[in-house]
Amino acid sequence: MGRKVMLIEDERNIIEAISFILSRDGWEVKTHSNGHDALDAIRERMPDVIILDVMLPGRSGFDILQDIRKDTEISGIPVLMLTARGQKKDREMAERAGADQYMTKPFSNAEILESVRSLVIT
Amino acid sequence: MAESLMVGTRIRERRMMSGLRQAELARRAGISASYLNLIEHNRRRIGGRTLLKLAEVLEVEASVLSDGAEAALINGLRQAAARSKGVSELDRTEEFAGRFPGWARLLSDLSVQREGLEGTVKTLTDRLTHDPHLADALHEVISTVTAIRSTASILAGSQSIEPEWQQRFHRNINEDGRRLAEAAEGLVRYLEGAPDTETEIKSPQDELNAFLTANGFHFPMLEEFDGEGQIKDILGQSEAIETPPAHWLAQAMLEQYVADARALPLQMLKDHFDQYGIDPEQLANMTGCDLPVVFRRLAMLPEDLVGPVGLVICDGTGMITLRKPALGFEVPRSPGACALWPLYQVLAQPGMPLRQRLRQGEVNVLVFAAAETARPAGFDLPALIRPHMLLLPDGETATVARQVGTNCPICEVPDCPARREPSILSTGF
Repeated sequence: MGRKVMLIEDERNIIEAISFILSRDGWEVKTHSNGHDALDAIRERMPDVIILDVMLPGRSGFDILQDIRKDTEISGIPVLMLTARGQKKDREMAERAGADQYMTKPFSNAEILESVRSLVIT
Repeated sequence: MAESLMVGTRIRERRMMSGLRQAELARRAGISASYLNLIEHNRRRIGGRTLLKLAEVLEVEASVLSDGAEAALINGLRQAAARSKGVSELDRTEEFAGRFPGWARLLSDLSVQREGLEGTVKTLTDRLTHDPHLADALHEVISTVTAIRSTASILAGSQSIEPEWQQRFHRNINEDGRRLAEAAEGLVRYLEGAPDTETEIKSPQDELNAFLTANGFHFPMLEEFDGEGQIKDILGQSEAIETPPAHWLAQAMLEQYVADARALPLQMLKDHFDQYGIDPEQLANMTGCDLPVVFRRLAMLPEDLVGPVGLVICDGTGMITLRKPALGFEVPRSPGACALWPLYQVLAQPGMPLRQRLRQGEVNVLVFAAAETARPAGFDLPALIRPHMLLLPDGETATVARQVGTNCPICEVPDCPARREPSILSTGF
């Protein structure tokens, strides 16, 4: 079984596309689509990498990330943040919240694959 | 340089335009060449018969030589200089306005227009940044584009895809294509519904002031108020009130007008003025009305009844919420007027009304200031104070008036303890 990546994103067709390309690359993909209980889902599945969207129903990705970094059980998991906003202040917010990488939509499949791979290596 | 002294410059200009030598003009005007030389270099004041004679020889109206450029135009140029960088000839502002009034007016107008456009850019930027509807619409577009790009990339890739996945991705693209079209249509509808970018985007306060100015700050329909219909009619007919926030402000203002008119009916005021003249303190004492009510009422009566009356109202932050300039006393459009105005003194001490004689530039006014408590203090809320400042003509000349300014960048008062930034008029940039 390959390494586990957890995709927390609420757009169904983005979930299907990213899940497909990561699965083809050998990743075991777990998905979750709301912010309410994202932390519980992460603790339960203990992924190697998290792909976290910023705008989620129920709770923002920034808030979830801050809680991830406070939880010693999961704080070490690398996180790639996805957002539709490319402004400098959004990138800074992601860095402050503890994101390892930050990617602005729309991204290419190659970019997301490369990013996820690099997070596990580091 | 005082405006009256600039007559000499205009005489010199006119003489040179006429092709006359100084000695020739002096001879024909019946004065010595050396005296004319002093006049032309603004070292001697001139008026009366000599001015008339020079005007006659130069074949211009005496007023062309004597009237300096309008104070408002000069002030406009100074404001333009304050907004810009690198103006190094501020001491020649009046000369410029006098010699090239058309160009000066154009420059002043362009500067005001630029300020308006900068305000528009800020408004639009705020809108793009903070408008939740626009943010949602753009998020929908970008998310859908992301899904389409990713899915299309999979379908176009070299790897073989199982028919079941192929079918699913085709369906997703079709679905996302439809969503994208709807999101784009929604976005276009939203942007088309936005204010025309060719029209000036004004602040609600600007709209309110334009509305009040267009009506001369007086609403005869509301003097005999018998229902809310009049306010609705007035606002409905107004071209100055364009936006809901301005409508909200104007509605509140007119409701206040009606309450004030009920407290101090027009006929009662006419009788009072006939007997006692215009005296705010006496009017308040005799009617039992608070001074701010009296101030507002006086400022919103026709000028042929009370003469020129100005009014400035601010809120607890010092932000000017109503400006009715009068008598040449300048009230800035931008926030941050002169800290020496009694308006701000009564903000600090609301229980202490003030009466002061003020001098702003060459203008003398009699000022009354008093604060209104819009909402009394509670344990969980401070008192909301609204200072008012009434401007009346100052007939008194024996008492020395206190010098105040408009706002620091264009104020010439030297060594002012209240100065918060240097004046461009004294220091340049």
